[in-house]
Amino acid sequence: MKDTDILIIGAGAVGCAVARELSRFRLRITAVEKEGDVASGTSGRNSAVVHAGFNNRPGSLMAKLGVEGNRGFESACEELDVPFQNTGKLLVAFDEEDRNILERLIEQGKKNGCEDLRLIDAEELKRRLPQVGGIGAMISPHTSIFDPFAYCVALYENAAENGVRFYFNSPVTAVERDQAEGGFLVTAGKQIFRTRFVINCAGLFSDEISKLAGVDRYRIYPCRGEYYILDKVADSLLSIPVYPAPKPGIGGLGVHITPTIDGNLIIGPSSEYIEDKEDVSCTSEIMEKLFTEAKLLLPSIERRHIIGNYAGIRAKQAPPEEGGFRDFVIREEETCPGLINLIGIESPGLTASLPIARMVRDLLSARIDLIEKEDFQPRRKGIVRFRDCTEEEQNQLILSDPEYGELFCRCQKVTKREIREAIERTPGAKSISAIKYRAWATTGRCAGGYCLARIADLLIRDYGMKPEEITLRSPGSELFRGEVK
Amino acid sequence: MSGTIVIIGAGPGGLAAAKGARLAGADRVIILERNEEPGGILNQCIHDGFGLLRYGKHLSGPEYAMHAIAEAEQCGAEILPGHHVLRIEPDSRGHSVIAASRNGLGKFEADAVILSTGCRERTRGAISIPGPRPAGIYTAGTAQNLINLRNILPGKRAVILGSGDIGMIMARRMRLEGMEVAAVIEILPEPAGLSRNVSQCLYDFDIPIHCRHTVSRIFGKQRVEAVEISKVDEQRKPIKGSEQIIACDTLILSVGLIPENETAETAGVNLDPKTNGAMTDAFLETSVRGIFACGNCRKIMDLADYVSEQGETAGYNAVARIQGNAMKAWDRERGSDLRKGFPEPGTVTCTLCPNGCQVKLINGIASGNRCPRGADFAAREAVLPMRTVTTTVKTADGELVPVHLDRPVRKDAVLPLSREISRMRISSSMKCGEAVGSAAWNDTEVRVLSSCGR
Repeated sequence: MKDTDILIIGAGAVGCAVARELSRFRLRITAVEKEGDVASGTSGRNSAVVHAGFNNRPGSLMAKLGVEGNRGFESACEELDVPFQNTGKLLVAFDEEDRNILERLIEQGKKNGCEDLRLIDAEELKRRLPQVGGIGAMISPHTSIFDPFAYCVALYENAAENGVRFYFNSPVTAVERDQAEGGFLVTAGKQIFRTRFVINCAGLFSDEISKLAGVDRYRIYPCRGEYYILDKVADSLLSIPVYPAPKPGIGGLGVHITPTIDGNLIIGPSSEYIEDKEDVSCTSEIMEKLFTEAKLLLPSIERRHIIGNYAGIRAKQAPPEEGGFRDFVIREEETCPGLINLIGIESPGLTASLPIARMVRDLLSARIDLIEKEDFQPRRKGIVRFRDCTEEEQNQLILSDPEYGELFCRCQKVTKREIREAIERTPGAKSISAIKYRAWATTGRCAGGYCLARIADLLIRDYGMKPEEITLRSPGSELFRGEVK
Repeated sequence: MSGTIVIIGAGPGGLAAAKGARLAGADRVIILERNEEPGGILNQCIHDGFGLLRYGKHLSGPEYAMHAIAEAEQCGAEILPGHHVLRIEPDSRGHSVIAASRNGLGKFEADAVILSTGCRERTRGAISIPGPRPAGIYTAGTAQNLINLRNILPGKRAVILGSGDIGMIMARRMRLEGMEVAAVIEILPEPAGLSRNVSQCLYDFDIPIHCRHTVSRIFGKQRVEAVEISKVDEQRKPIKGSEQIIACDTLILSVGLIPENETAETAGVNLDPKTNGAMTDAFLETSVRGIFACGNCRKIMDLADYVSEQGETAGYNAVARIQGNAMKAWDRERGSDLRKGFPEPGTVTCTLCPNGCQVKLINGIASGNRCPRGADFAAREAVLPMRTVTTTVKTADGELVPVHLDRPVRKDAVLPLSREISRMRISSSMKCGEAVGSAAWNDTEVRVLSSCGR
């Protein structure tokens, strides 16, 4: 049995943000995650947008924490060395009804505290984005794009550096009251943790975790969104996220086109309630629909630009017959003291993750004395990206380590040294997708055709792994069956 | 003064371009190669079928590479492996090629540049197969790399989508290494690759091929567990109600090659928007004066021999451009003379060379063969079919050496002999052509020869 003060369940963006926020204080903190890496659920499967906060009902937690999150995001990314770019965002009106929706959105945004929202007419839209149709648009200058994987990894690394212990591949199967101490006994994977507080950041499974702890009052309805990834055509086609005016009641933001921080474009998401919380399949019907709708928004995209698909699942509290958004629940349960539930953290959960974490901190500080550590290290440095360096810097890097001169990933220009760093970081990458999310290899148009074999070879030769031990993601996703001979 | 030619990529195109440029009088020819060894994709193509046109011999890929490397070096070309080209910049003299290596960023000034950067494979993402994204989905070339160069077994039971030549060659290769191949799925009415490969890679191993079908869904959260295949209609869309499930742990994709032109793009070379190939005039010069392109980065070709032939022309023309001489036109879009698709019923497909002649034997008289060897092959096929075998042998330090047998063997000996050769261990890598050992099955005894290309 392991003793801890705080047990965080789930290492998505919210779990990692809570871990990092609480690591400022003199506490023993443990985080458990059922998958093999951070950001394995909804946090790694979304549009990668920092929202401005005009989409949510005034007075809601979503609105308050979303706007607050937007304001602090850039400096957090700077502190944690996470790629971030303020692009702004356009919502396009195709008819008068759309324009009315946008006007109401601006009003709503003002109430929420979003700044600088305004409408532009068809002429200005044409001047700014001649490739997009529409009779006008709303501009949201404070919307931004970022790398959600790097963000979660950064929070995780920084939390770990500040003393949080993470356990992966550790699904929670029991949450019992500890009769002697008044806390909880939590079974996660092969371990049992004795803890005073449980912080439920389990996303799609937050209802089930709450139920395990004896609070059976929530239900999460999984709502899938499918995406296309296009090649690096953002420079030539679109450099700012473009959304349609949101139709009321869809419970999503509509199919939009967003440039990624890396210069790709993504199309999506769809919005479809499903049964299985882990079914991240893409379907032929939705893929067909996505492309057709996106082409209406941006006629210059073509099928040959497609390099991949993925799907993410929203943790919605609103059942299918209701639709729309229900507000975040973030509270300590009266009937179960010590259990802090975070339920229904869907969009704008990523944007709001740091304010959410601070809200958890405040809930805790009402219960126990939080004493700040003197040696808290707020800054974290990411892996140096060879491709982003100047020629002179690149030469310096190669001089410092010749492995910077060996390009492992041809599409993204990732060097052997960067792959090695992803593996050797504390806590390091242990699967191909973990390497991918840290060093960005295999994410290009050849999807690992060039670098996968090289990375596997490196893991075998230099890190003593057997081929059959190398996984794509969690255990069960073994890539190979052993040696040929 | 005939200047410096910088060639990007030391595959068959680049190596032949170097030869062509030196023979035409280039002062200096440098080939920049990103791999640690020259040869390009040939190094992982351990099967035979290379070199008949260019060298008049039956060679494996590594052996073909060895010939091409030797020719380039004998002509005085400098091959620089471990150099990954980042971009091409214009300069006062012509172009500068910037490449990263373990020694730093190198700047190679060139009077003319030849692109021979090859191609990459179309991926699962590009063809949008529905389903989740489990482990166990590989392009045929990646599977070939894993099995032939890195001694890594990708799976136990594969379905192959697409019947291009690499897909079919990998079907046979996986069978020889003990994997099951459940089926090959092809969306077109006929196999896409050579009839020779349909015959010797699929028919020989009883691997079923389903034409007018596609993989309509992938199953498996963590690792591939099965695929669903469907018949397709005239628009190549899956037909509802025609679904079948095939259990497998691996899906191999052989769904097309795309010219690789990221380097060309940095120089502003015009690409064909449909194929991504570098567009050239009849003299293989791209839209940027002084930059030439040859081989698969220009247009996907069926044989390495054709790539070499074109590379040599590009090398010649690059020098002619500098000297102001007349260039040679490339007027042969080759490949139409190779027999593709299903073999004709009632004939024997001669597998001795890529032509794949469809030989008909009536009362001992052969027809349909383009050379006398086709008649012999057909006659032999009726009595005792014989096959060549290529595979690899493991050395004590874990390296794989490509090998072939000293002669063709009975068809029914192919699998048992391959199994026995798989168990062989040798102390160290051998020179090309040296015997690494012998193998026997029933009354068939063969010597196993290295075809490592060194």
